[in-house]
Amino acid sequence: MAFPSSRGERPGPVPRGIDCFGRRFGMWAMADWSFTKQGPGGRISPLCLSPWGLFVMPSLDPVILFFILGVVAGLSRSDLRLPAPIHDFLSMVLLLAIGLKGGVALSQQPLGEVVPQVIAVGLMGGLMPLLAFPVLYRLGHLPRADAASVAAHYGSVSVGTYAVAAAFLAHHDVTFEDHMPVFVAVLEIPAIVVGILLARGLEKGTRWGRMAQEVFLGRGLVLLIGGLLIGLGAGPEGVAPIKPLFFDLFKGVLALFLLDMGLIAAGHLGDLRRHGVFLLGFGLVMPLVGATIGATLGSALGLSVGGVALLSTMAASASYIAVPAAFRMIVPEANPALSLGASLGVTFPFNILLGVPLYYQLALQVHAFMEAL
Amino acid sequence: MTTHSFHRRRLVTIITEATLEGAILADIDALGPSGYTVTEARGKGSRGIQSGSWGLASNLRIEIVCDETLAPKIAATVHQKYASNYGMVIYVSDVEVLRADRY
Repeated sequence: MAFPSSRGERPGPVPRGIDCFGRRFGMWAMADWSFTKQGPGGRISPLCLSPWGLFVMPSLDPVILFFILGVVAGLSRSDLRLPAPIHDFLSMVLLLAIGLKGGVALSQQPLGEVVPQVIAVGLMGGLMPLLAFPVLYRLGHLPRADAASVAAHYGSVSVGTYAVAAAFLAHHDVTFEDHMPVFVAVLEIPAIVVGILLARGLEKGTRWGRMAQEVFLGRGLVLLIGGLLIGLGAGPEGVAPIKPLFFDLFKGVLALFLLDMGLIAAGHLGDLRRHGVFLLGFGLVMPLVGATIGATLGSALGLSVGGVALLSTMAASASYIAVPAAFRMIVPEANPALSLGASLGVTFPFNILLGVPLYYQLALQVHAFMEAL
Repeated sequence: MTTHSFHRRRLVTIITEATLEGAILADIDALGPSGYTVTEARGKGSRGIQSGSWGLASNLRIEIVCDETLAPKIAATVHQKYASNYGMVIYVSDVEVLRADRY
């Protein structure tokens, strides 16, 4: 275990080469210095000194290495390419798996307890574009439609980032509330509505019916909410027969999905070269602002450290499926290269490689701070 | 021996972003052609490379065989509504078809 769990335990022997990286990575990610304090007597494995121990990051969840492979293959113009139906299939399995897991959790707890949290998370989703929009519009001098589009992307959520964060916490034996996927579904919606209002105002020409169709019947939300409802109806015994595909294979599917996302992200790095350093800076700073808001809200809602880390990650992430699809239809003058360049070219890789462990450390700090109050 | 006679019709081809599929097909349908064919496509144009690797980077090629009066209507309607904001190529060509009663 390179990262302390929410229970502060360090069970079992530390595998060779792992702890040294965890300590280094923790410092690198300006994270919790308690790694060094909690480590087993500061012992540094000889593997730390090898290039493998130094550079291949053995404590990193292997799915992240698939993402890096995708980025490297994409940047080096390899002919590696996953066809679109494979991408669709992989994201479908991830969305359904996340939905099913949340639905099963909901089937085992009173819905009344979740409703206030859902409302608070929904409000956060609507607030984030309002924070981002003035920065993009006034400071970044982006056209109104583009500023609204980018702001909406950052108010919404990336399911891929959520999946990586959930896998990261599981990898490090950190537990979290099982109903967290409900928040993923909730966060998809408000940012799109607020973003379109920012772009269009309340003018008559806005096609609200079309927007409702895009928002509620988009592939991502249908699969996520569909999975939630199936999990809710079927319960733990009901989903047991489909567990091998959706739960046992989850990490493998996530690895392939991230390989593909690496290839796609590499393709969007070029957009940034064309659209300047402002978006690069925004794509790096906005997740940190979002993460802080998410961690504060999660803590205020009484979530566990794992839950706070996940809500923080969700708030830090930027959409690349639901929001671009909705904006393409409702606000077509917004340039998708700008918003996808920032969300896929900068924020997604940042969150996957550095953000998730950082937000976990943030959750630990916020949790400790709240307990001290 | 059966003789096959060919008849001249117009073929409207539209290559555009895959996200437009639902909206554009509804508009085409409303103009009354007997049908259309949709295939996935990828390529390069003024808006860069559409690699076809995922939904937003995918193109469609929509083909409609119709008579001479309908073809310009379809082309003009689609062009007017979508061309300014979306990647789009529209062309009309002559084709020779069998079973002319279908188009």
